[in-house]
Amino acid sequence: MNDVTTILGSAIRLFGPLAFAGSGEYVAERSGTLNISIEAMMLAGAFFSIYGANVTGSIVLGLVFGMVAGLVVAAIHANFSHRLSANTFVVGIALNVFVLGITSFLTETEKNHLDPRQAKTLKIPFFHDLDIVGKSIFTNRWPIYLLVIVIPLSWWIVQRTRWGLEVRASGEDPIAADVTGIDVNKRRRQTMYYCGLMSGLGGAYYALGEVGQFNTNMTAGRGFIVNAAVIFGGWTLFGTIGGCFLFGAADALRLALPALGYTITPQVLIAAPYVLALLAMLLFAKRARKPAALAQPFERSST
Amino acid sequence: MTAPERRFRTPDITSALRGLFAPRAASFGINVVLYIASFAVALGIAALLVSLTDATPGQVITEMYNGSLKYGSSFGQTIDEATPILIVALGVVIATRAGIINIGTEGQLLMGATVGTAIGLNVPGPGGLVLVFTIVGAAIGGALWAGVAAALRFTRGVDIVISTLLLNFVANQVLSFLVNRESLLRETTKAGQISVPQSDQLPERVWMPRIGEYPNLNFQVGVFLAIALVVLVAVFLTRSRWGFRIKMLGLNEVAARRAGVRVAALGGGALLLSGAFAGAAGGTMLTGTVFRVQPGFSNDVGFDGLLVALIARGSPMATVPVAFFFGMLRSGGGFLASAGVPSYFVGIVKALLVLAALFPPLLLGVARRRRELRQARAAARATPPPALGVEAA
Repeated sequence: MNDVTTILGSAIRLFGPLAFAGSGEYVAERSGTLNISIEAMMLAGAFFSIYGANVTGSIVLGLVFGMVAGLVVAAIHANFSHRLSANTFVVGIALNVFVLGITSFLTETEKNHLDPRQAKTLKIPFFHDLDIVGKSIFTNRWPIYLLVIVIPLSWWIVQRTRWGLEVRASGEDPIAADVTGIDVNKRRRQTMYYCGLMSGLGGAYYALGEVGQFNTNMTAGRGFIVNAAVIFGGWTLFGTIGGCFLFGAADALRLALPALGYTITPQVLIAAPYVLALLAMLLFAKRARKPAALAQPFERSST
Repeated sequence: MTAPERRFRTPDITSALRGLFAPRAASFGINVVLYIASFAVALGIAALLVSLTDATPGQVITEMYNGSLKYGSSFGQTIDEATPILIVALGVVIATRAGIINIGTEGQLLMGATVGTAIGLNVPGPGGLVLVFTIVGAAIGGALWAGVAAALRFTRGVDIVISTLLLNFVANQVLSFLVNRESLLRETTKAGQISVPQSDQLPERVWMPRIGEYPNLNFQVGVFLAIALVVLVAVFLTRSRWGFRIKMLGLNEVAARRAGVRVAALGGGALLLSGAFAGAAGGTMLTGTVFRVQPGFSNDVGFDGLLVALIARGSPMATVPVAFFFGMLRSGGGFLASAGVPSYFVGIVKALLVLAALFPPLLLGVARRRRELRQARAAARATPPPALGVEAA
């Protein structure tokens, strides 16, 4: 019973950063842009949230700093890829290298602005007394509960607004969308901005909420797990969130099982998200729910 | 129903001619200015970062120069670093020509090196022969790992970009699994010594021969393999029927299929070949500089090769100077710490330079598309719309 609570709680905390970024990347991929710079957005969010919380002395402003840092990365990526038509993977890889470099660099030069900061724990009234879920789900650092807003919001803007319809049209058939007067590349840029804000928030939650400080390369490939989660979830929001939870749980098991006395093969659990995402694509390829124009750049032709 | 009234314009021949020739003459000058401007911005940002440390930009440049070019040994190290990057880049060039984006080079390189290690450690025989086997085995290992993505694409339609990206992370864990098992690749140590999760060192007879001695210029002969591959790839891509088909496939898959190109065989072959190059690059790292596999062996060489190929924009010849430059950044980066600058600085500079190198052609491309659109609109206004259905009436 106690072990279950421990592992579930750990899974929830590792699910948090993935879920924020996953909600953002879901929106971005629906517009047809496969964004591999989530890692950079999350890492930038993590660093600048700690930096911001130190400079301003406020956790909330720290989270805002993190979101803005993610947005800046997204703005560079979006304008290179969907305004100047640069190859999105070159830009994404370059940004990952850049942010890893600059956050590590600043960690050494700005040491005195990087004291540990951590958000307060919030106990949800009435629920925190429950067995198992009380300690694991209803007693956490408060920023994770922003997910209650972020996840429905992401669903609503994609599925229930005109903007979301235009986003989905841009992802399925950019030429037809363009003919009806939708500015395809503008929609793609906007979804990347949203993704940047959410991924920045995910990184900020990870640094300010869970760890309480910034460590060099602290996201350690979680951005790519988010990519895998969106694919695993078949490009639906609830599939994506489910994938994020599954992969967070795999991570939690990897950390918890040896401590509880089980021998495991950690490599299998680390590789699981990527293998499962590949398998999901393999098995559901025929029912292709993939946005038809995913990762295909759009350029208006003059003829 | 009356057709909407249209403004009528006579085509202006002189301005049309100017439009044809002027951009080409002007674009060279614009190109130079744009390149200088964007590199200046990139280096300006880098200088700004240096100012956060105790060092000066001049010191950084001196240290980078010392570490990459000044001494024979540092020049040799630059060559050692550039060699695998160049080989990876050549493979990516082939795939890109076929319209395939292979972002799995990192994993293919790792799998190649793993297969190479298994061969180099276990195959008996004269050193030279085993060395050849090791490199060839590494190439096959890389090709097989790329083959997973090719098989997924051409049997089930799984996107190559996504599958190659995901396979990178799987490759890391496969290697980690192998070097954590005593019965597999984990190093064997004498009783009492602590064994680390890495493979045994390759015996010296399987090492790549080196030219030169330590204090002077010295480098691995793998660089000659790389140069030979540059020539080979350049010739085959531009002068052979196969190269022509690859190009056709990359430009328009549907047209290529109609013209009788077997898309799956040719595209899959290009991806496999690009995996083989990445694997062989892993083989040269293994036998030339590192001599064993361990987690983190690939050290972003696969990603660097990918960036080099995409900066060189599909030209095999252009990959040589770009790869050499990346080698300089890597070897020079080791010297930065002595100037009091964190070595992470190299990654920042690399990324900034990649973005700066991308910028001018992109900007000109946007300008060209705008111009064409304007001309097309003008032309559309100038010609009356086809009268649909008039004949029938």
